[in-house]
Amino acid sequence: MEEGKVFSQSVQQSAAAYAIIHEKFGTAVSAFDANETMPFFEVLDTGLWPEIALFMRDHAKLKFNYMACMTGMDYLAEEKLGIVCNLESLSLFNHKLAVKVKCARDGGSIPSVACVWHTANWHEREAYDMFGMLFAGHPDFRRILCPDDWEGFPLRKDYKVQESYHGIKVPY
Amino acid sequence: MQELDTAGLGSIRVTRKNDHTVVIEKDLATEQMVLAMGPQHPSTHGVLKLECLTDGEVITQAEPFLGYLHRCFEKCCENVDYPAIVPYTDRLDYLSGMNSEFAYALAVEKLLDIEIPRRVEFIRVIVAELNRIASHLVAIGTYGIDLGAFTPFLFCFRDREIILGLLEWASGARMLYNYIWIGGLAYDVPSDFLKRVSEFITYFRPKTVELCNLLTKNEIFVKRTIGIGIMPADVAINYGWSGPMLRGSGVKWDLRRNDPYSVYPELDFNVPVPDGKLSVVGDCLSRHLVRALEMEESLKIIEQCIDKMPSAEGFNPRSAIPKRIRPKAGEVYARAENPRGELGFYIQSDGKSTKPLRCKGRSSCFVNLSAMKDLSKGQLIPDLVAIIGSIDIVLGEVDR
Repeated sequence: MEEGKVFSQSVQQSAAAYAIIHEKFGTAVSAFDANETMPFFEVLDTGLWPEIALFMRDHAKLKFNYMACMTGMDYLAEEKLGIVCNLESLSLFNHKLAVKVKCARDGGSIPSVACVWHTANWHEREAYDMFGMLFAGHPDFRRILCPDDWEGFPLRKDYKVQESYHGIKVPY
Repeated sequence: MQELDTAGLGSIRVTRKNDHTVVIEKDLATEQMVLAMGPQHPSTHGVLKLECLTDGEVITQAEPFLGYLHRCFEKCCENVDYPAIVPYTDRLDYLSGMNSEFAYALAVEKLLDIEIPRRVEFIRVIVAELNRIASHLVAIGTYGIDLGAFTPFLFCFRDREIILGLLEWASGARMLYNYIWIGGLAYDVPSDFLKRVSEFITYFRPKTVELCNLLTKNEIFVKRTIGIGIMPADVAINYGWSGPMLRGSGVKWDLRRNDPYSVYPELDFNVPVPDGKLSVVGDCLSRHLVRALEMEESLKIIEQCIDKMPSAEGFNPRSAIPKRIRPKAGEVYARAENPRGELGFYIQSDGKSTKPLRCKGRSSCFVNLSAMKDLSKGQLIPDLVAIIGSIDIVLGEVDR
């Protein structure tokens, strides 16, 4: 957190939660990005993500029991794909924290956290469907909104829509 | 106890115990069968397909297949300006367009960090709560139909029509409003609008009781829903449930109260949670009860808003709307309490463009539906209909 800047109570709560995670995982997590709209940190060691997730869910002072949202992302400039998870300690501490996890753009893989939060199951399937990153260890890994034989991943920034799908012209 | 005749091959016994749990016993091995329910099935409330693996009457696994109504909402958002996304949000959850617009407007306003005129806030809350009642009326009415009760549906749609008429008067559209804009409103409400809303409240209050008598006290309805599809609170949270679904499991969690936005902190209302007297906490009946009780709370909220609202004198609903909406670089996740749960928008802005770099809609139905596999395991096929109905899905929001 930057010195001399006054943050709202909710950001301070997030910072306190981050401090506990940082103490445990050290350099595997990035510095805390304090901002009013969505305070977050990034998991630098992608392989540790499920362990961090489990720690965040089960630690007595964290208890992030609720994954509000998981968003797939395409960081074209960095040549990376990623996810943004909005976590919250629902009806316990009420603190919120967002976590970013990134992986390589081509054939990149992020370990699945569907075993930590059930809700991540469909969110991860959606992120794969739209961006094409893999989720290692996912219990039911396939597309969810697009048909199984759809080509490409629609929300990638460089996505080109296929010419035809089963004889139907796609772009119009 | 209900005994199903299986033509001399053996028997299946379905026993309902006093604590409303259902025990299914059978002394024959039956062949498993795949049964596709939907995408064109009236009880799936749209185009949802459930592929059920059944063992006689019992479902061993039900897998939802979605995407039939996928309209690339998120891709569209990346190609239009911020204000042009508002009409798209109407088309997510088309039964509660005002609430969807409200959530989206909150997200962009948080990113822009702008102050909203007080009268705008009150009007927003009034139209959103009216829309919540309309949406719950559809949920309750169609739930009755799913379970064989036709009359409540007609009652619900009669009253919903009045709300849609009011909202049409304010915005010009019955369901797809484009009324709540970023930083303001499209128009101020018509001059007699608040009076008519008050009249509606007076008219509708006794009707909630009537509905209650028709369904909640209806023995057939109760028997079809009590003890069915029970979801414990901790699992519900783990599944990311929100809204009436989560409250049905006994968690007192309402974003209007627990993560307040707009003028909700100034308003006095209860968050109804089942106490286990009328229903088993977490079952289909609990979720129905929460919706039925919430309508009364929405009426209370609207009444208070009418009282507290600043006058229309010198009011311009578009005064706080920025000329050019170009938020500074950053990300935001903002959410609002939709009739179906937490509707959130994650928006990323690059600080240069008038279009968002990424706009994700976190759909409450999508997340609530993801528990379907767990909820339906070991249930009877007719109970599956009761469970889907109690989730109250709108496929427009599930598939986006």
